[in-house]
Amino acid sequence: MEKHAIIGKDIPRTDGRAKATGAAMYTDDFKLPGMLHGKLLRSPLPHARIVHIDVSKARALPGVKCVITGADTPKIKFGNWRLFPATQDEYPLAVDKVRFIGDEVAAVAAIDRDIAEEALELIEVEYEELPAVFDVDAAIAEGAPVIHEQSPGNISIDRKINYGDVDKALAEAYYVREDTFTVHAVSHAYLEPCSSLAQVDLDGRITIWTSTQTPYIVQCLLAATLGMRENDVRVIKPYVGGGFGGKMELRTWEFCAAFMAKKTGRPVKFTLTREEELAYGRRRHPMKIRSKVGFTKDGILVGKDLKILLDGGAYNSMGPTATFLCGNFGAMLYRYPSYRFLGEHVYTNKPPAGAMRGFGAPQSLFAAESQMNLAAEELGIDPIELRIKNAMVTGDRIPGVATISSCGFIESLKEVAKMSGWKSKRRRLKDGRGIGVGCYSFISGGVFNWFNTQYPFSAAEIRAYADGTVHLLTMASDIGQGSDTVLKQILAEELGLKMEDIRITSADTAMTPQADLGSWGSRVTLMAGNSILKAARKIKKQLAGAVSAKFNLNVIFDIKFADGRVFAAGKPDRGMSFGEAVAFVQKANRGEPLVARGSYTPRGKGLVTPAFSFGAQVAEVEVDKETGLVKVKKMWTAHDCGTVLNPMAVEGQLDGSIQMGLGYALSEQFVMDGGKTLNTTFLDYKMPHAPDMPPGESVCIETYEPEGPMGAKEAGEGLVSPTAPAIAEAVWHATGFRCKDLPITPEKILRGTGKL
Amino acid sequence: MKHSITLNVNGDTYNLAVDPWRTLNEVLREDLNLTGTKFGCGSGDCGACTVMLDGRAVSSCLTLAVEADGKEILTVEGLAPSGEKLHPIQEAFIEKGAIQCGFCTPGMEIAALDLLRRNPGPKEDQIREALAGNLCRCTGYAKIVEAVQDAADKMKSNQS
Repeated sequence: MEKHAIIGKDIPRTDGRAKATGAAMYTDDFKLPGMLHGKLLRSPLPHARIVHIDVSKARALPGVKCVITGADTPKIKFGNWRLFPATQDEYPLAVDKVRFIGDEVAAVAAIDRDIAEEALELIEVEYEELPAVFDVDAAIAEGAPVIHEQSPGNISIDRKINYGDVDKALAEAYYVREDTFTVHAVSHAYLEPCSSLAQVDLDGRITIWTSTQTPYIVQCLLAATLGMRENDVRVIKPYVGGGFGGKMELRTWEFCAAFMAKKTGRPVKFTLTREEELAYGRRRHPMKIRSKVGFTKDGILVGKDLKILLDGGAYNSMGPTATFLCGNFGAMLYRYPSYRFLGEHVYTNKPPAGAMRGFGAPQSLFAAESQMNLAAEELGIDPIELRIKNAMVTGDRIPGVATISSCGFIESLKEVAKMSGWKSKRRRLKDGRGIGVGCYSFISGGVFNWFNTQYPFSAAEIRAYADGTVHLLTMASDIGQGSDTVLKQILAEELGLKMEDIRITSADTAMTPQADLGSWGSRVTLMAGNSILKAARKIKKQLAGAVSAKFNLNVIFDIKFADGRVFAAGKPDRGMSFGEAVAFVQKANRGEPLVARGSYTPRGKGLVTPAFSFGAQVAEVEVDKETGLVKVKKMWTAHDCGTVLNPMAVEGQLDGSIQMGLGYALSEQFVMDGGKTLNTTFLDYKMPHAPDMPPGESVCIETYEPEGPMGAKEAGEGLVSPTAPAIAEAVWHATGFRCKDLPITPEKILRGTGKL
Repeated sequence: MKHSITLNVNGDTYNLAVDPWRTLNEVLREDLNLTGTKFGCGSGDCGACTVMLDGRAVSSCLTLAVEADGKEILTVEGLAPSGEKLHPIQEAFIEKGAIQCGFCTPGMEIAALDLLRRNPGPKEDQIREALAGNLCRCTGYAKIVEAVQDAADKMKSNQS
């Protein structure tokens, strides 16, 4: 394998110092002269017609500078699925109707927050309440209230996948089982509440600083809803305090900040409260999953028939993508000779579900992996053995969907079995203890162009300077996952420079090349990494030419880039520093700066993703049989993320995934009363704290992904999926109780074991 | 009616007139422009706003500015007063990969300082307990715990 100077090393984040000292500025840390503070009025009802809104008292309150309702806006709908305009179902502020408790009805901008809040209470809204529905079965029942006129049955979008003859395969199978699983909504719970600050520039255009994962999507959709041109909006992404999928759309407060800045001529800032985030914010899709699988006597899968109803809440948000993806994930990991999927995205009168880390995989794989464990028990085959028998390998194809170009799944299974002492623990553990396994596969960015971008999926510009420094410009967005650091690593490695030679501007839509679809679906390392490599190679070609000319090198010589120098590979003394080489190129071009662009758009890679990651996880738990309380004793993980670009960063992703997976499995949930979210503080929304975290061990199975930059692919998003099924299996192993309905609460365990 | 108060923040004295309902968090962030201290929940559950008040870690979102009158406050900006040489806790957080999005970091660092002043050689479970009031959604806490252990070692060797 090629030896790397920077890739594969524990390089600390390059924004670490700014964050450790408190110097890093997040959106709410900004203020501008004359800035107004915005607040949103939200619907108290889950479903209602707006009869009349009177804002006169609010407007008259001293200190209030602007009050708007849907009627004041251009009334242009938006949504991320621009490719299918019919799916764009949301107005920035409600027009005629509200569809969930928290739907935004009006906005106020005032000289301070207290006045803005007081003004909200002076807005009088007359509603005509409509019947509402809160779960998928009620929503698709005959005669159910219609939430959006264009979807009379409340199903906004569906997706089908079908290959092989599923009916025949299941009819002829030796063993068939059918299960229904239900999974619940959870919160992204990023620590930084959403915030946006908009200003009108001298020329009437908008600049907005906003906490987003997708500056380009915000730019396009904000311009559309304001009735402006795309480049009349400049989106700047400051430091972002986590997103996990929850900050990848245009949001009402971005629109309101910009619209009210235009109306008042003053900067306007909105920052949400934690209560708003938890009560009304996006969340992971609850799903009802019916899965039927068949096996031969030897435990070989013959087919799967999967039907999923997604509870989308009041708007599509990223639901269409989740619908698309949960069907793909249902066909992953194992070789299903026949497969049928029907996914239906259902509107209900609840806060909309959106993208969240895993994007359909945690739900779909909880069902798939639990079902593998159930089947293993009944077939009398060890669950890890059963998986190895059916596991995908490099070169496998999913018809019409994807080709697996690198796959370390079987190695992951074997490694995790070894690490955890699986065989002996599975046979004998002390009473109340159990051990279980769960697996995942995940995407390295999406292929399907639902945003209908007219630009490459990712683009990079590199400016090389004669002082030996390089400036990387990209819209790829670091939201905490560390992409700025990893992208700098890729560039430094390719050019033979040091980390400190690279400066990055990421995600200012006026400065960075069009475009990049943002940080979601684990797309950044692969897609932005590839566009950076392409740009870097253009720079290298010119520098190699300069060195070749200067030293009159034989044309067959290789030119190397290492240690800040450019030189003949076989004769290292014939070369010069990187900066000198840049100066030569610049001279040759009569002063023209040395700049190159690169872009990446996946092509010929099927419908889903250019590359899949794989992994397996084992959980050991102890269950208190009297209280039903589950304590996770240890987690073992083996995963294949291709070339590990930065081991410390990969470990950090894994550790964080386990925290989120643990919460999903055991403790996190929204407590709802109809359409009302009752737990709206971190005291009541139970994320794992530091003392709740189990110890863990992990191993990276290195493969080389041909489509990835330097062989790398996804790391850290897919890992959120295996934890819940592994824990569910371990709970069964400890107690004999199978939980098919997340989260696995003490109450369910006590009921399941006959103690309640 | 506004109250006249004096805050001593990171060694600097500020004379201020504040409304009695304003929190220390608001005054630090909005009046003094010390935005390193974050606001994550407003109910004392996440710890992102943690500052030292007379040598004790408190949630600045639950502390009224008037309560801090005449007291010594240390925020993340005061951890490395020279601006160049970082505090061992900050160094450890950077080196050990304890920072991802960074939003919990200032509060975590102050909570860690509070612990290490009381207990210079904490065991792992003591660190986890001491950080139980500080939420992180990125790191799973593993590298934060490692960083606090490392900071403890660094601070001990600095003293000896």
